[in-house]
Amino acid sequence: MEKMARVTTALGGNTLTGRTMYCHLDAPANAISVCRDAAQVVVAGRNIFKIYAIEEEQFVEKLNLRVGRKPSLNFSCADVVWHQMDENLLATAATNGVVVTWNLGKPSRNKQDQLFTEHKRTVNKVCFHPTEAYMLLSGSQDGYMKCFDLRKKDSVSTFSGQSESVRDVQFSIRDYFTFAATFENGNVQLWDIRRPDRYERMFTAHNGPVFCCDWHPEDRGWLATGGRDKMVKVWDMNTNRAKEIYCVQSIASVARVKWRPECKHHLATCSMMVDHNIYVWDVRRPYIPSAMFEEHRDVTTGIVWRHLHDPYFLLSGSKDSTLYQHIFKDASQPIERANPEGLCYGLFGDLAFAAKESLVTADSNRKPYPGDRRHPIFFKRKLDPTEQFESVSSSALSVFETEPDSSSMGWFVDTARRYALAGRSLAELCDHNAKVAKELSRNQVAQTWTMLRIIYCSPGTMPSANLNHSIGKGSASLPLMNSFNLKDMASGMGSEARLDWSKGENRSENILLDSSATLITNDENEETEGSDVPADYLLGDVEGDEDELYLMDHENAHTEEPEYVLPQEAFPLRHEIVDNPSGPDHLQDKADSPHVSGNEAETVSLTPVESFSLISISHTLYESRLPPDFFSALVRDMLRFYAEQGDVQMAVSVLIVLGERIRKEIDEQTQEHWYTSYIDLLQRFRLWNISNQVIKLSTCRAITCLNQASTTLHVNCSNCKRPMSNKGWICDRCRQCASTCAVCHHVVKGLFVWCQGCSHGGHLQHILKWLESSTQCPAGCGHLCEYT
Amino acid sequence: MIVADAENCAGIQGYIAYAKCSGAGAAEILQQGPEAFEHQLGLEVLASGRPDNVMLVMGLHPDYLNSFWKMQGLLLRVDGPLPCPWRHYIAIMASARHQCSYLISFHMTEFLQVGGDPEWLLGIHRVPQKLRNLNEINKLLAHRPWLVTKEHIEALLTTGEHSWSLAELIQAVVLLTHYHSLASFVFGCGILPEGDPEGNPALQVPLPSSGQSSPPNGDPLGSSGGFDAVREVEALMERMKILQECQLQEEAASQEEMESRFELEKSESLLVAPTSDILELTPSPDVLCFVEDPTFGYEDFTRRGTQTPPTFRAQDYTWEDHGYSLIQRLYPEGGQLLDEKFQVVYTLTYNTIAMHSGVDTSMLRRAIWNYIHCVFGIRYDDYDYGEVNQLLERSLKVYIKTVACYPEKTTKRMYSHFWRHFRHSEKVHVNLLLLEARMQAALLYALRAITRYMT
Repeated sequence: MEKMARVTTALGGNTLTGRTMYCHLDAPANAISVCRDAAQVVVAGRNIFKIYAIEEEQFVEKLNLRVGRKPSLNFSCADVVWHQMDENLLATAATNGVVVTWNLGKPSRNKQDQLFTEHKRTVNKVCFHPTEAYMLLSGSQDGYMKCFDLRKKDSVSTFSGQSESVRDVQFSIRDYFTFAATFENGNVQLWDIRRPDRYERMFTAHNGPVFCCDWHPEDRGWLATGGRDKMVKVWDMNTNRAKEIYCVQSIASVARVKWRPECKHHLATCSMMVDHNIYVWDVRRPYIPSAMFEEHRDVTTGIVWRHLHDPYFLLSGSKDSTLYQHIFKDASQPIERANPEGLCYGLFGDLAFAAKESLVTADSNRKPYPGDRRHPIFFKRKLDPTEQFESVSSSALSVFETEPDSSSMGWFVDTARRYALAGRSLAELCDHNAKVAKELSRNQVAQTWTMLRIIYCSPGTMPSANLNHSIGKGSASLPLMNSFNLKDMASGMGSEARLDWSKGENRSENILLDSSATLITNDENEETEGSDVPADYLLGDVEGDEDELYLMDHENAHTEEPEYVLPQEAFPLRHEIVDNPSGPDHLQDKADSPHVSGNEAETVSLTPVESFSLISISHTLYESRLPPDFFSALVRDMLRFYAEQGDVQMAVSVLIVLGERIRKEIDEQTQEHWYTSYIDLLQRFRLWNISNQVIKLSTCRAITCLNQASTTLHVNCSNCKRPMSNKGWICDRCRQCASTCAVCHHVVKGLFVWCQGCSHGGHLQHILKWLESSTQCPAGCGHLCEYT
Repeated sequence: MIVADAENCAGIQGYIAYAKCSGAGAAEILQQGPEAFEHQLGLEVLASGRPDNVMLVMGLHPDYLNSFWKMQGLLLRVDGPLPCPWRHYIAIMASARHQCSYLISFHMTEFLQVGGDPEWLLGIHRVPQKLRNLNEINKLLAHRPWLVTKEHIEALLTTGEHSWSLAELIQAVVLLTHYHSLASFVFGCGILPEGDPEGNPALQVPLPSSGQSSPPNGDPLGSSGGFDAVREVEALMERMKILQECQLQEEAASQEEMESRFELEKSESLLVAPTSDILELTPSPDVLCFVEDPTFGYEDFTRRGTQTPPTFRAQDYTWEDHGYSLIQRLYPEGGQLLDEKFQVVYTLTYNTIAMHSGVDTSMLRRAIWNYIHCVFGIRYDDYDYGEVNQLLERSLKVYIKTVACYPEKTTKRMYSHFWRHFRHSEKVHVNLLLLEARMQAALLYALRAITRYMT
């Protein structure tokens, strides 16, 4: 407690001092209200009705208004209010529907003054007129509001809201005759006190009950409402239609809302359930409360600012049977704990970054990276000198654009469109996809597809002779893809060469190469390299140098794109290289050089080796009769590699194409993750059909059920324009067939196109033809239909 | 002609079917008119296959059926925290507390259809511990919901191998209360299982009404007490009028008076317990296997001489403010649909009483609703319980109390004895009020315990 601040405010001769303090009540409080002089507070609840004096260090009980032997239900208060003109006058609303007024000036112990038993149900709220001494308003569960004149025994007028349950009533502070009432059905009504027959205005403010409302103390047109839908809304009532100008989303239903004195945009809220804190919001900043009081251990039921013109003292009562005085200095400020930076990655590789302005300006003198297209945009808010918590109100947004030509995602879209994922034999699919990849200059991917075909297609369907043949012919796809293989093969033959390689820079290519290398070495130098080679390789190189690898690949993609297209002249060299396996040294030289510079000439020179190696692979493979799942570990690692690299497209496509052959190797969760990422990407690029195809082809249960959600298509009957709830095409209201063509007036069987605006439609061809010449609906309804 | 229509619809079984045979009041069975009935059933129920008898009887009040159907669909079919077989099993557990074999057999089939382990149907001892942990709260909610405390909730939620998550628990609690009260409805309306479509004889259930009561034709419904019954209706109308006038006259009873009226009503509900001449049913073993502690039953909220638990003040924990907010947080769609359902049933009226129309029945409906809550110990500060005494005749109170607290003891005689001149649809209306008021009462107790656990 010593740490807590002590605050003194001078208010026109009236000085408020105090600290954060609390006192125990005997029972849970339902409502509190404060006396005009800010020195006393009244607490009311089911079993409590007391007045406390607010002293400097503590609350002191001054008066217990619950007198009598057998406490009557009239004391069971749902609400209490202290008159702001007369400090002896109090009113309470009882749960049994009675409105009671209390006169503290009475000499006797029982201060009860008047009893109004006009409401049939619980009274939820009472409210004194801010300037009129004798006028009291009540709102009850029975749907009525009553206005009492304290000089008379009965109510002066009764207002019927024509709906269930009035939850709150509040006199407007400036408009003498106006009051607002909120209802359980979400409506807010404005009444003129002189006209009990009809409300002046009504609008729906919330979804579900509106628990509370509060007029802005300064700005006459503003009304804040809080509802069960967890929203606080601020309405501008000056215009003809009530206009929502601010909306704050809280985390629990809002039980009370109170504007903060002297701060135009601040209001305090507490919630009805679950959440015990009191929040003070700046309505212009609806996502994070500007201050928060966390003292209560059960729901806060009543909040009130201690003085009409003092923004630093807040009193609150709670179901945990405590009464608190909160001091603003001791409030916790969630903003301090919040992360003020935001980062978002755009579809086409753009990156947006928002942060405090101070942070960004601090390093703005740093030299920008080459290629960094940074466009800092600064948002600055005008500082309001009256705001206390406005320290972080300006931020900077930086957008980093990628160079338009370098990494456009065109390849992704093209690949997604052109890949074949099902419907043909595995070999054909692989070939097709390899071709697609090659045409998009993604040679590594293309090669992977070829490798897959070789690995998974049984010798029967793809005899080696055939393979040979295609190579010999120099068919468009194969030799090219194998250009990397070549290197592998080469390195695989000579173990020294291979070792050198794995240390080289061009890791990304190595993976594939190595896999093929192992194939061969398996055969030829089993003793030395054995089956542990792939594992060794993958662990040592790929995972260790991931970053480097990624970078390299990236660069390659940009710089060498044109060079990957291999000219067919490479073939003449073949003879020369066929001899190479016998002389590893010779090859080593060759293999090394291309990787230093990664340039066209070298790759070209290597190509023939590759084609040779392919042949040798197929031969060795089939001769040794490897079990079909021999390579699955390898393929699995390959998929992982692609996914980690960010090319989830490849991972998913291979997964789908290979299907059962590889599915068991990868755990469900990873698969699901890949699928969802890929589908998400596809949908962001609006490739709906492809994303649907992927969903359909996926074997993951979690993915396939994506297509089973919200499968209903809602249609309107074209005659009566109302929703067709029936199955089939007969509208059950007008008993007519709803699917007639608006052009030829025949029933449409088959493809039916219709306008979502006017529900008319017809044969696809007819409508198309019609809309070529006219923009209006063929049914003559005047709707401007569009066909896109 | 309407009767013929009704018969074509499907064999509505139970008391209402008897009424049809007796020929009296049959025309009102479908007071909504056959189109409305057909329309409603056609849309909502027939879409799902063969309508069951519960739906047929509820179809007398299509508005309600609509929201009931949505809620039940959400509970059983729509994605939620609990797996589908579990939901049906919880339904079985809940129905078993009231030995409602109609619901049990229905959900046993469903359970198997959604891929439940047939092993579980052998009995409660075959199911996972986690599900078995629900037994205690099931028992309390079914019979003495006021005993549910935050410790029960805590025991279910504390981390461990078999612990429940809060969202799962909420769905389970809604399911349990839903099926407890649906059992009330089934017994209250005397609904029998549907016959096999092939025409095989329907399963015989130990329903008291089916066996022992007088033959349907000699039903007192139409013939015997005709004149008396008319007089009763008139008297009720008269009393409502007087009460309404009373209110206008502001002749307010003192608070003490009100307090004692509530206590009186509460203790009087002791006396309206069904007479003991009804033989104690011995539940069949195929029901018993889903029940633990089968002897635990409703015990009067106020027993003379024992410590009574404190009265639940309705204003301190209301459905609209607190219950809804809590459910909304953990089971959003559920909260919404429940709210709708309570609202529909609370405002449902055709402004008719027996042969009179254009009557404001809100007072009568509120009396029934509050009486049911009173039986479960919930008190409304702003209600004068003297009204209950005025408006609800003794036979109706007996019926309400029986159906709400020990529905398995309901007899057809009770059904036919109250409101003898009222239409069947009106009696079904009472049952709907019963169903919802009971469900809300139990839910309020359970949710209050959960709230206390959370704070």
